[in-house]
Amino acid sequence: MKTETGAAQPVLILAIETSCDETSVAVVKNGSEVLSNIISSQIETHRAFGGVVPEVASRKHVEVITLVIEEALATAGVTPDQLSAVAVTQGPGLVGALLVGVVAAKSLALAWGKPLIGTHHIAGHIYANRLVAELQYPCMTLVVSGGHTELVHMEREGEFRIIGRTRDDAVGEAYDKVARALGFPYPGGPHVDRLAREATEVVPLPRVWLEPDSYDFSFSGLKSAVLNVVNQSKMKGLTPDVAGIARGFQESVVEVLVEKAIRAVKATSSKQLLLCGGVAANAGLRSALISRCEAEGIELIIPPPVYCTDNAAMIGAAAYVKWQHDGGTPLDMVADPGFSLEQWSVSAY
Amino acid sequence: MDNIDETVFTYRSHSLQDTGLLAGALAAASTPGMVIGLDGDLGAGKTAFSQGYARHLGVKGIVNSPTFTIIKEYEGRLPLYHMDVYRISLQEADELGLDEYFYGQGVCLVEWSSIITDLMPPRHMHIYIETVGPDERMITVTGIGEPYGELCRQLIQKWG
Repeated sequence: MKTETGAAQPVLILAIETSCDETSVAVVKNGSEVLSNIISSQIETHRAFGGVVPEVASRKHVEVITLVIEEALATAGVTPDQLSAVAVTQGPGLVGALLVGVVAAKSLALAWGKPLIGTHHIAGHIYANRLVAELQYPCMTLVVSGGHTELVHMEREGEFRIIGRTRDDAVGEAYDKVARALGFPYPGGPHVDRLAREATEVVPLPRVWLEPDSYDFSFSGLKSAVLNVVNQSKMKGLTPDVAGIARGFQESVVEVLVEKAIRAVKATSSKQLLLCGGVAANAGLRSALISRCEAEGIELIIPPPVYCTDNAAMIGAAAYVKWQHDGGTPLDMVADPGFSLEQWSVSAY
Repeated sequence: MDNIDETVFTYRSHSLQDTGLLAGALAAASTPGMVIGLDGDLGAGKTAFSQGYARHLGVKGIVNSPTFTIIKEYEGRLPLYHMDVYRISLQEADELGLDEYFYGQGVCLVEWSSIITDLMPPRHMHIYIETVGPDERMITVTGIGEPYGELCRQLIQKWG
């Protein structure tokens, strides 16, 4: 079937993401155009569900998922028969939460007679960048979120190679825990970012580079260093310089992330540097990466915040790539909390 | 509930290596269905302890913090379920169905277990790590019921 302009029929993917706290469903056209992207916490919860939508528990995903699916289709103005496939986050994530999305996606795929596409959550974060720009390969991605800190190299479309990862805390987690040490409620990462930018003084903190050639990260020692500074101040009966510590912490984290990302781009002759994950919203990291990439002549892509935190549009974007190369996933697919990104790489070229 | 005996062993660690020795001894003595709760202040070394434990259990590759995903599963000599309930409430933890892990065939390591004391199995091992210096830690190992008490007595014989 052809459209009026003679172009091929668009690929419309309904994508479901329930790997952690957010219940999200999107309709994405050709892997790059978002027709709808509904996230449960953004819906007028009082009207739709008669209360605030609590987080984490898979039961909550169950309560809202059908409503979110309906809303995604209605907002996109798409009916199930127009869809090309149903995509879902297969992992990694919390197994109970993943299961809700996987069971919903399988049921819909079966009922509507559409192919299923099991999708990797981090591939989704990476391909969120394709919602804002055309990707050029090879490219490098810095994944920074509450649960992940990784440098992922893609030699070509859909081929993932993790060259660096955190050996202990994820960067978002380090932010949240330092925030707690500085007296903010969990999750307090954004407070640290704000304080760091407002600070006039800086408490110097160590940088953890690991081995000279390593692209891995370690933030646990930095967290301990922050705690030491806080405890030492308290023992001397002084009030810790919270803003100065926040700035020292942020400068340490950002310097290590930026240096390793830039080094990785150069070492792999990457044409672009992509940033993704919830911590991509961190202003300190964004501005440091922007100015460094400008100086180095590296093209940097950063998706808007709504595509940085967990959302289903990004799953639709990654699923499109998988679909173009490998087609669908068998219906006996299972949710996999420890799903491997590298193994999810497309096989057919 | 029955009165369950507690056996306490305290271990003074002067370094991460020392902590690793204790983690290794516990890993070597672990059997299917064991549950170990881990508590201590932020930065005390709960994840570092877990990493040492996992390595001695034969888990290959990186074991990093499970705070965000709450549960991470690994394959060692026994399956390892590494949990962290730091960011959830007792009620939310209850809804996760942790019993399937607690009464399964693997070993459960639960960071910040004091948040979910009511959900922990009546018999388990509890480890409290206290920061006493930059590198020094006082580690209190409490065996609650058997076979955890016996394991504690073995540790006392070895180091006590």
